[in-house]
Amino acid sequence: MPTPALPPQGAPDRSRRWRRVRRAAALPLAALVLSGCTVPGFGATPGDTTSSQSAYHLWQGFSIGAVIVGGITVGLMAWAVVRYRRRGDHIPVQHQYHLPLEVFYTVMPILIVFGLFAATLVVENKETSNPKTNVTINVNAFQWGWQFIYPGTNALVYGQTTQSPIMEMPVNTNVHVNLTSTDVIHGFYVHAFNFSRYALPGVVNQFTFRAQNTGTFFGQCTQLCGLYHSLMWFRVKVVPAAQYAQWISTFNNPADAAAAAAAIKTTNEELATGVASKASYTKFGR
Amino acid sequence: MTDVLDPPIHIEHHDGGHEEHHGATGILNWLTSTDHKVIGMSYTVTSVIMMVIGGAFAEIIRAQLATPNGSLVSLAQYNELFTMHGSVMIYLFAGPFAFGALANIIVPIQIGAPDMAFPRLNALSYWLYLTGSITMLSGFFVAGGAANFGWVAYAPLSNSLNTPGSGADLWIGGLLLTGFSAIFTGVNLCATIFYLRAPGMTMFRMPIFTWNMLVTAILILLAFPVLTAGLIMLYCDRHFGTHIFSVAGGGVPVLWQHIFWFWGHPEVYILALPFFGMVTEVIAVFSRKPVFGYKGMVFATLTIAALSLGVWAHHMFTTGVVLLPFFSIMSLLIAVPTGIKMFNWIGTMWKGQVWFSTAMLMSIGFLFTFLVGGLTGIYLASPPLDFFTHDTYFVVAHFHSIVMALVLGAMSGLYYWGPKITGYLLNERLGKAQFWFLFIGIQVFTFPIYLLGLYGMPRRVAVYPANPQWKALNDLSTLGAVLIGVSTVIFVVNIVVSWKKYPAGDNPWDAQTLEWFTTSPPPHHNFYRLPQIRSERPTWDHNHPEHRTLHHGEHDVDPQVPESEGEHV
Repeated sequence: MPTPALPPQGAPDRSRRWRRVRRAAALPLAALVLSGCTVPGFGATPGDTTSSQSAYHLWQGFSIGAVIVGGITVGLMAWAVVRYRRRGDHIPVQHQYHLPLEVFYTVMPILIVFGLFAATLVVENKETSNPKTNVTINVNAFQWGWQFIYPGTNALVYGQTTQSPIMEMPVNTNVHVNLTSTDVIHGFYVHAFNFSRYALPGVVNQFTFRAQNTGTFFGQCTQLCGLYHSLMWFRVKVVPAAQYAQWISTFNNPADAAAAAAAIKTTNEELATGVASKASYTKFGR
Repeated sequence: MTDVLDPPIHIEHHDGGHEEHHGATGILNWLTSTDHKVIGMSYTVTSVIMMVIGGAFAEIIRAQLATPNGSLVSLAQYNELFTMHGSVMIYLFAGPFAFGALANIIVPIQIGAPDMAFPRLNALSYWLYLTGSITMLSGFFVAGGAANFGWVAYAPLSNSLNTPGSGADLWIGGLLLTGFSAIFTGVNLCATIFYLRAPGMTMFRMPIFTWNMLVTAILILLAFPVLTAGLIMLYCDRHFGTHIFSVAGGGVPVLWQHIFWFWGHPEVYILALPFFGMVTEVIAVFSRKPVFGYKGMVFATLTIAALSLGVWAHHMFTTGVVLLPFFSIMSLLIAVPTGIKMFNWIGTMWKGQVWFSTAMLMSIGFLFTFLVGGLTGIYLASPPLDFFTHDTYFVVAHFHSIVMALVLGAMSGLYYWGPKITGYLLNERLGKAQFWFLFIGIQVFTFPIYLLGLYGMPRRVAVYPANPQWKALNDLSTLGAVLIGVSTVIFVVNIVVSWKKYPAGDNPWDAQTLEWFTTSPPPHHNFYRLPQIRSERPTWDHNHPEHRTLHHGEHDVDPQVPESEGEHV
């Protein structure tokens, strides 16, 4: 009858197993080195803003950790299940505690966690900082669409559900976004920017994008907001600065100026309903 | 801990234990019984029915998402379906199954108690739960349909302006009733575990399952009253003109999220801890070893509970109004005690005799699935990573890895403890078929939607842009859901096929804890006699006096030659 409880027998057996392990590990390692150490994206994409790329690198770091820890754990699990499968009625040694081992697998995760937290802090502070900006866009979410107001100009974009209003912004410029909602909670999410933020009624959330590539990117409401939530789409169009200025100037006519002024007035009235005393409330300016 | 070698059988006659129970039988017994086993069975049947109902909703949801412009259900019906899927699974299945069904049946027997501390309160709990379930589900039959604001009911979407129908009120009412049911069960479990343990059953001789249920009960008492209060506020906002959660009257919508998640995150552990306990028991029994690092396991459970009270706002990172670093580090730290548990489970199997019964397969499946869900949870504890995965399918995939792991744990518990309460085993061949369909189904269902989330698909959408990549991943995920559905059918078939066919005997698994010392099913007050309780596994000690627990550094001795007793006391 086999006795799985006994420790592995002798050195030759152990070294043979070790050789097998080394051979198995060599292949993926060699592949990694040969590929010029290009770290894979683990499903995520770098995105098109500076902070989306920091978040992406953080993602890669977390993923490498997850693959290593997960790989070791699955390996141990598989080893335990295969190696110690039942092979008879023999009752194994009834060991219950191994204090050094237990301390090891308590302390190691704590160290890993603080490493992850440090990396998180660096990226988070970068992402939530609001550097000096040249362009401000007031984004107002509503059931079921978006309104983009460009304070200081007459530009105003408004669109519902799959009309997909376009938020135009210049490339390589800090663009400050003031985000709010006039009814329920919505989610402002642009996949290419690796970013989302709630549009909360009564609160103006602020953040800054610095797009690095031009292009048109898909955006969508991510927080359930009622019947047409699935269709509450928008687009972000990143254009060269000159083209952006030219686009803004197309609104320089009395009709658009009046429309923008009226829209801002209505929105401010909606926003102000009952929240004028709130410190977090800031009026949409022009 | 003390060990007693070669213990003499110490028989304790329970007062009145030999009396036959002359009570009502049949339906009247079910309606009037205060026996924890009868109530527990009612809970089991009701909650498994809820699982099937919630699962049916899930299948419809996945069928709708198989095509970008699915027209199986309307946008409005879709919102009702995912709301009720989440609500049924979380409020009416996972929780009640854990602390209503298995804990109710097993905890008193496991600690050698004749019943729960408050049998009538226990019966009240069940009837509140059943009433609450019916109340919540009846929303489908009123004008305007069932609740449709998601299982989290974020204000102000859930106010009477945005969701006027009475389906929402029935949802609130149903949740209030099941909430009270949970609170009463929590009181009952605490009192039972603190006051009704058999002689010799000290706290550190309680099986891990009972420990986890105690911690769960404490968490219930801390968290559920907050939800109850929140629901009453929401109801007042809807009907009595208060403005607690609406901007218009000076209220704060985000307050609802704080209240909800202050309940909601401990709730995650209220759901998970019982299943951790089940899996711990199953892995120890089917490895024929004691739980590795028993005390570490208990402290890990306590740590998880403590941390779980300070992490609620990690559900709110993208609100922009919470302190990110605090909630980030607290959430990350939960990985530590959870990791300890994971390694303890592996340590329990290490050098054991792993017997691949259906219960054990389900538990091994749990380990893998829970590991995947746990690792992806670590990403979500980091605000910058949460910013780009929040409210996408990545989050859906993460928590479905977790809750589907719990379903594996639940199945493990049913196959393991079912024979104790019914007296009959389930068919192992069908059980293994069920396991493979369920396990593979879960992975095929979750892995594509992790990617979907990273590719940018938001959750809670009935239609999506016709992106071929999204469609392919959705189709794969739907296939996984079908496999899970097949596994559920196999489970039902198994119950029918095995009905009273394979008598279990008292201890079919050579198990370790006290419940396996009594008959299957146990008599009215559970025990005619009790063994000496000198460790956390009295039945094992009784059946295998020569294979006692060894401490670190101790070596096995020849089982024929008992060591002197004094050495280990």
